[in-house]
Amino acid sequence: MHRVDLPTVGTFEAWRDAARGLLSAGVAPEQVLWQHGEGAGDLFDGPGAPLPKADATARITVPKGFLALTRLALWHRDPERFARAYALLCALQDNPRLIHDRGDPRVAKLNAMAKEVGRDKHKMTAFVRFREIGEPDAPRRRFAAWFEPSHFITEPTAPFFAKRFGDMDWTIFTPDLSAHFENGTLRFAPGAPKPPLAEDDTETLWRTYFRSIFNPARVKLKAMQAEMPKKYWKNLPEADLIPEMVATARARAAGMAEAAPTLAPARAGRILHRLHNEREDVPPIDSEAEFRAALQGCRRCPLWENATQPVPGEGPLDAKLMFVGEQPGDQEDLTGGPFVGPAGRLFDEVLGEAGIDRSKAYVTNAVKHFKFKPRGKRRLHEPPNSHEIQHCRWWLDIERKRVQPGLIVALGATALESLTGNRKGLLKRRGSVEAADDGTPVFITVHPSFLLRLPDRAQQADERARFRDDLRAAAAMVA
Amino acid sequence: MTLDQKLAILSDAAKYDASCASSGGAKRHSRDGKGLGSVTGSGICHAYAPDGRCISLLKILMTNFCIYDCAYCINRVSSNVKRARFSPEEVVHLTLEFYRRNYIEGLFLSSGIIRSPDDTMADMVRIARTLRTEHRFRGYIHLKTIPDADPKLIEEAGLYADRLSINVELPTDTAVKSYAPEKSPDQIRKAMADVRILKEERKEKSFTGKRPPRFAPAGQSTQMIVGADGANDATILKTSTRLYSSYRLKRVYYSAFSPIPDASSTLPLIKPPLMREHRLYQADWLLRFYGFELGEITGATQGGNLDLEVDPKLAWALANRHAFPVDVNRADRETLLRVPGFGTKTVTRILATRRHRGLRYEDLQRMGANLKNARPFITLPGWSPRNTLDAADLRARFAPPPEQLALF
Repeated sequence: MHRVDLPTVGTFEAWRDAARGLLSAGVAPEQVLWQHGEGAGDLFDGPGAPLPKADATARITVPKGFLALTRLALWHRDPERFARAYALLCALQDNPRLIHDRGDPRVAKLNAMAKEVGRDKHKMTAFVRFREIGEPDAPRRRFAAWFEPSHFITEPTAPFFAKRFGDMDWTIFTPDLSAHFENGTLRFAPGAPKPPLAEDDTETLWRTYFRSIFNPARVKLKAMQAEMPKKYWKNLPEADLIPEMVATARARAAGMAEAAPTLAPARAGRILHRLHNEREDVPPIDSEAEFRAALQGCRRCPLWENATQPVPGEGPLDAKLMFVGEQPGDQEDLTGGPFVGPAGRLFDEVLGEAGIDRSKAYVTNAVKHFKFKPRGKRRLHEPPNSHEIQHCRWWLDIERKRVQPGLIVALGATALESLTGNRKGLLKRRGSVEAADDGTPVFITVHPSFLLRLPDRAQQADERARFRDDLRAAAAMVA
Repeated sequence: MTLDQKLAILSDAAKYDASCASSGGAKRHSRDGKGLGSVTGSGICHAYAPDGRCISLLKILMTNFCIYDCAYCINRVSSNVKRARFSPEEVVHLTLEFYRRNYIEGLFLSSGIIRSPDDTMADMVRIARTLRTEHRFRGYIHLKTIPDADPKLIEEAGLYADRLSINVELPTDTAVKSYAPEKSPDQIRKAMADVRILKEERKEKSFTGKRPPRFAPAGQSTQMIVGADGANDATILKTSTRLYSSYRLKRVYYSAFSPIPDASSTLPLIKPPLMREHRLYQADWLLRFYGFELGEITGATQGGNLDLEVDPKLAWALANRHAFPVDVNRADRETLLRVPGFGTKTVTRILATRRHRGLRYEDLQRMGANLKNARPFITLPGWSPRNTLDAADLRARFAPPPEQLALF
């Protein structure tokens, strides 16, 4: 029989060293008696067999996840924890994959312990309440707290507080261990009984806050106690308010429902009157603003419901060349400008290569709202249907009337359908010029997003060259 | 007015905002001793109120004076509630003193609209700036942004705050127009789009390889009030799906319309059951983490409203019994996630263990599955549902027993 005495501070490291030694000496789990803390007596008191030293040459491997698991589980209050961890360590030597088997009772038990410790640690970070014990205007302020954790978690949780309250000195007293943080150094000392800590003025404010943030119209005691179990209440300055808050909640909620609506205060009418007048003071000034305002209110088809905003065309009203695309995409919908997304960037590049100045052309879309299908965090583009194209022609027609371009370039089938009424055979009609209903010539080519979807690089380069030639040809017609 | 009285009024005014999350912020700490506070990435709830809501942040209004008249809001201009206003110094003082005593994770600052949206937003940004630069506060800051404010102010707010939020308030534009006539749904959408663009712009490295300071690392969220207008759950979920995909929101909060002191006469006097809010969150989770499509969830509803007695996944399974029983030892991840009573963690554990050996019924118990719900829908060694799946009263086995109506 071997007996291992583990210290109260640095327990995990001590266990790991002892376990290494025992394992390399081939000691079976049932041959070890684990003791924690000073003076932990046992029925079989006595030094036991000398502890084997870890063999430096023997390599002990453990599967990933075992250390993280024991690093938590060993702080549990269950006296069996060291023996269980060592037994699992021995079992893992034969079957390392056991660590992933959450159905195995040995693994499940240690995981359950780790979970309880993790929860206790989390609750400690949440429910420790400091009181000021130094001078409020001292360069380094001093605070102290009393906390009663369920497990031996003061040591592994103290670094959290050191990272959070770096610019002040603090002490957390617990029955098992106390943690002191002074001038940036963390040290541990033995546990202490509950120290007298004088009430703090800020506590009154905190209690006021706790009382006021509670909504008496919705009482959910179970939800509260699941997360803030009663065992923590005695050290929470706000918890003694709870019984009274609950007792009066029903009457307060009923009072709200019964109270008849009151007359609005006199200033309300004045403020609202002023507010509404101000709004109406800014009517659309020129026709561009009028156009945008009208478009903003468009409800001709249901596409507005899901979109952020309509995207009007962009460019000078005396432009000779007008480009009509399909519809705004994700980026266009967010920014409110046409052709700014991936296809827009490609379009800009090719325009540059073809020697066309985009700022001198009018660029717009056949449909003004973004049509998409939500898929998780993305929006998948959906082509507009004939119905929507029809409805949105109203806006394209207004734009055409305002700009009166010498040539319209239809980019893709949707633009083609909107301008000529027929979307069939885009690739056959590509490069030709047809007439819109008012006789304006319409040059037909593909949409730049067509180039983005081509899988093959060589094909991409070919198509890009063709698209550039198309744009050049179109520009030459109005030059 | 004392600080205590102001705090009572301005926290009472803020409690109808459900959000109190302090998760997802950029990790940082003050171990160097030159500042105060830390963000670990996962939030901490420092207390719970008897309404079951967590208290993680100091959630207050800068002022509850407001020039808007939103019917559902306690702070609307036509309400006779007591008014107060914090000075920026008072907000800073409260935040730091509460933080030092480990009461809170940080600040959630919102405000009524005073004078103009720009002035209000500027004051809020000033508070965040003082906390960050003057006091080197490294805790969590959540700012409510005001939709009509200058985008430059929103941009500055995002540099100091971990999270920004703008409330859409109600599920449909029509409802916003009738209950919050001064608010513009178009403006709210544009403001959310702006936040997403600002955040994405700052993800890209500049040509020198330097990364610009992060913009609202914990992203943006929003809140919808449930039960104030006539919108059903299908409409609400459709709106939130749109919001998640369009603006990359971290969370949509559903807040059951709560009766408020001094209520407006235009509102319904009946409060919606709190369970409705809970079911909406469950459906929201199914959509985001369990691979459900909107149509599948709304398809299992009656009249577009989620079943209040059984959870949405169970409701879906009851309506789609042909997809069950699922063989736990063979089914893929997507199928396992659809079994009622199996959460994402249980499914991960099942898959990890299955790589080495077959599973028995007892294993599932140890893995944390809710077997009461799962039993009729699974089969594996040690368990067979026999013909419970065909039982006409299957739903009744899960739903709470019918209650006799109270006479009084």
